Amino acid sequence: MTDTSTTQVRVRATPEIRRARIAGIILLVMAAFVFWFFGLKVMGDLNATFKLTLPTDKIQDIKMILNTRTLAFVVAGVLAFLSGVQLRKSTEKRTNMAVGVGFFFFIFAFLAWAAAGKSFSLVGMLRSTVILSIPVTLGALSGIMCERVAVINIGIEGQLLASAFTATILGSAFGLWAGVVGALVVGSLLGLFLAWLAIKYQVDQIIAGVTINIFALGITSFMAARVLRKAQHLNSSPQFPAIKIPFLADIPLLGSMFFNHNFFIYLTFLLVIVLHIAFFHTRWGLRSRSVGEHPRAADTVGINVFATRYRNVILGGLMAGVGGAFLSLTQVSRFEENMTAGIGYIGLAAMIFGRWKPFGALAAGLVFGFARALQQKLGILATPIPSEFLLMTPYLVTIIVVAGVVGKATPPAADGQPYLKE
Amino acid sequence: MVLELRGITKRFPGVLANDDVSLSVELGEILALLGENGAGKTTLMNILYGLYTPDAGEVLVDGQHLQLSSPSDSIAAGIGMVHQHFMLVPVFTVTENVILGMEPTIAGGFLDMKAGSKMVKDISESYKLEVDPDALIENLPVGIQQRVEIIKVLSREARYLVFDEPTAVLTPQEVEEFFQIVRGLQEAGKGIIFISHKLKEVLEIADRIVIMRDGKSVADVDPEKITEEEIAELMVGRPVELVVRKKQAEPGEPVLVINDLIALDDRDHTAVDGVSFEVCSGEIVGIAGVQGNGQTELIEVITGIRLSLAGTMSIHGQDITGASPRNIHGMNVAHVPENRQESGLIIDFTVTENMVLNSYYTQPYSRGIQMDWDIASQAATRLVKEYDVRTPSVDTQVSSLSGGNQQKVIVAREFDRDVGLVIAAQPTRGIDVGSIEYIHARIVEQRDKGAAVLIVSSELDEVMALSDRILVMYRGKIVGEFDPKKDSTTKIGLAMLGGTK
Repeated sequence: MTDTSTTQVRVRATPEIRRARIAGIILLVMAAFVFWFFGLKVMGDLNATFKLTLPTDKIQDIKMILNTRTLAFVVAGVLAFLSGVQLRKSTEKRTNMAVGVGFFFFIFAFLAWAAAGKSFSLVGMLRSTVILSIPVTLGALSGIMCERVAVINIGIEGQLLASAFTATILGSAFGLWAGVVGALVVGSLLGLFLAWLAIKYQVDQIIAGVTINIFALGITSFMAARVLRKAQHLNSSPQFPAIKIPFLADIPLLGSMFFNHNFFIYLTFLLVIVLHIAFFHTRWGLRSRSVGEHPRAADTVGINVFATRYRNVILGGLMAGVGGAFLSLTQVSRFEENMTAGIGYIGLAAMIFGRWKPFGALAAGLVFGFARALQQKLGILATPIPSEFLLMTPYLVTIIVVAGVVGKATPPAADGQPYLKE
Repeated sequence: MVLELRGITKRFPGVLANDDVSLSVELGEILALLGENGAGKTTLMNILYGLYTPDAGEVLVDGQHLQLSSPSDSIAAGIGMVHQHFMLVPVFTVTENVILGMEPTIAGGFLDMKAGSKMVKDISESYKLEVDPDALIENLPVGIQQRVEIIKVLSREARYLVFDEPTAVLTPQEVEEFFQIVRGLQEAGKGIIFISHKLKEVLEIADRIVIMRDGKSVADVDPEKITEEEIAELMVGRPVELVVRKKQAEPGEPVLVINDLIALDDRDHTAVDGVSFEVCSGEIVGIAGVQGNGQTELIEVITGIRLSLAGTMSIHGQDITGASPRNIHGMNVAHVPENRQESGLIIDFTVTENMVLNSYYTQPYSRGIQMDWDIASQAATRLVKEYDVRTPSVDTQVSSLSGGNQQKVIVAREFDRDVGLVIAAQPTRGIDVGSIEYIHARIVEQRDKGAAVLIVSSELDEVMALSDRILVMYRGKIVGEFDPKKDSTTKIGLAMLGGTK
């Protein structure tokens, strides 16, 4: 409250302050929860053992042993401190930082609680995080490709599913690379289909995208039930082997996380870098972004808005195609009905969380990958949390991130609007 | 060295936008193209810019026929356009905007930003168009944004420059600077087409004036030999009243009282920063200011659309802080919003539906949950007649009416009751001279009936003509009060730019 004049001035909180306060209160609740539930409720002598190496690693047996209760008390202290900072005064940037750091520590305390008295492969979970982040990141890159030229691609889910299906069949019949090519072609064709509906006929882009999703889900489920069940030999594709990067792969923890993977994972990292450079340092990127921000301005300087949109939306489909190939040629060798299970939508969330930037998409992809890895590994640890709740984790994280943590994210100005020539 | 349009005809469904129009401009000449909104100026220029193809007629440079099917063709022919709504990407830098479409690159595709900003610097130095090449467009005032547009056109080596309503968004001082720039371009040997509907400016800057009306060019005149009144008559097709006739104001009791009002804009920045003033019955208070200095937010707060952060507001002594728009409307407040198509009308609704938007829920238009459309349509028919709305019927969608008639629908709806306070934002933006005349008369009439009137306009001439008292708003604050009879446009214009009080 400020009193600037003699008359009573009522000051209502600005949204920024309100958000900071809410964040502060949530952090305080988290602190209390950690203190009580992960601290006091746990026996004082229980230790959590975090394994930092895999059995196959060159360097063996690096462990981190922490007392669960002590860690909980420390984390509660940190959370309470962050909460105090938030409740006093904060800027938007600081709020985001405080929430991020707060969640990191909370998860840490949570893991120590879940692994209390047991041994837990931290390196295994982090490795899974990277692997599981790949399809989400590719989905987000697909979204970025399209939305940067102002076409909303809700159809990523369907593009992933249809290309995963194609990759399985062609991979089983003709080998790995045939599967990859098939997936890329199908992804691009669905991108072309979306572009055609959205640009030529100005169909509502959300509806056009949903059409792709329903179509892909329907046709792949039908084919899986009718064809693949009988022809099992078409439903067992080979898998891309892991490529160990010399020396780097032998670094403890980091080596297992980043440098001992199959081709797709390196490709995704490369794509992130390439797209970043392409969008922000090349002629193609400048023109693409101008089409997404102010298509008329682009048009008046002679840029072909329609061609740019077609090209990028098809490339967006191609990204989703890579994601689909990854799903069925590396993780599982069988196609299963609705095997994407919402990864495309989570990819869209990652695109927003990453603010329509490739590196942002990768970071967001890792967050969602972590959520899925957590879900898988906690199942093994046999915590008292019901498995149904664990299955919810990735989706729950999506909701929390998109609704709460993102704050104000500004999409490209013309996003979703069809361009009409005068 | 001459650019010519010969016998241009362009038809749109139901409208003949250009009817056998011919004009020409030489290098080193400033040609003004004058006409009301809807006279066909913009259509003509879009043809010149390759956005439309004419149904008949041709464009020639030095007697050579030009095939213009896209803006790139026009650019290649040396024709450059500075659009009324700037064709600039707000989140790009000045350099990025200038080079867009003709980017200097290295290694076959990577942007060469150094070469780009050098090009911007070179042009800005040789034509005295000062601008920071690395600034983001969204952070620049409109006057500077316009310079960027000009640099953009010059960087494409345009010899003929078309300015579409270039002064609409500028303050008087910025207009002066702009004229200097235009004269500089003229000296540099460029041919300039200057589109406007502001008579004074055109008389000041042009070497020659072409006047358009209803899609035809009706006169080609020398500004030395013609008066404002004669031009206005040529534009409208009948004699027009250029000054607002009104009696001396007789202010009564304060109606609207605002104290220390603070409000944020959509981006959570302070837009209204401790504003206090009052408006009395029987007077017109005008708020002048360059657009984007908090006027929009101020009006939204007073009419209940936006929440204030601090401060108090009252109407007739009754506190309205935090009251809903409907409550405020219920206190006999007439509101003519800034953007008629976005917040004044529901553009796909009929005239009748729009006429009862503020009263549909009351007797006699509704009984319980049922609407009585017959009564509504009778009322609309009466209002259409009374307020001179030119519409085929009351069942016509307002989207098909002209801007002036759309505005009259709003004025009719808002003024057709016992009005205690009128709040009108940009009441005549983008409408024809005839409708402006009419709406001004109606606003003065409300004042004479005893209403308090608050108007906001970015057209200083309008504020000067209508107001009994002028407040200037700059960066969210009221920076001065002026008397339109005593204070000069220059003095007020300076205050609008944040100059001395």
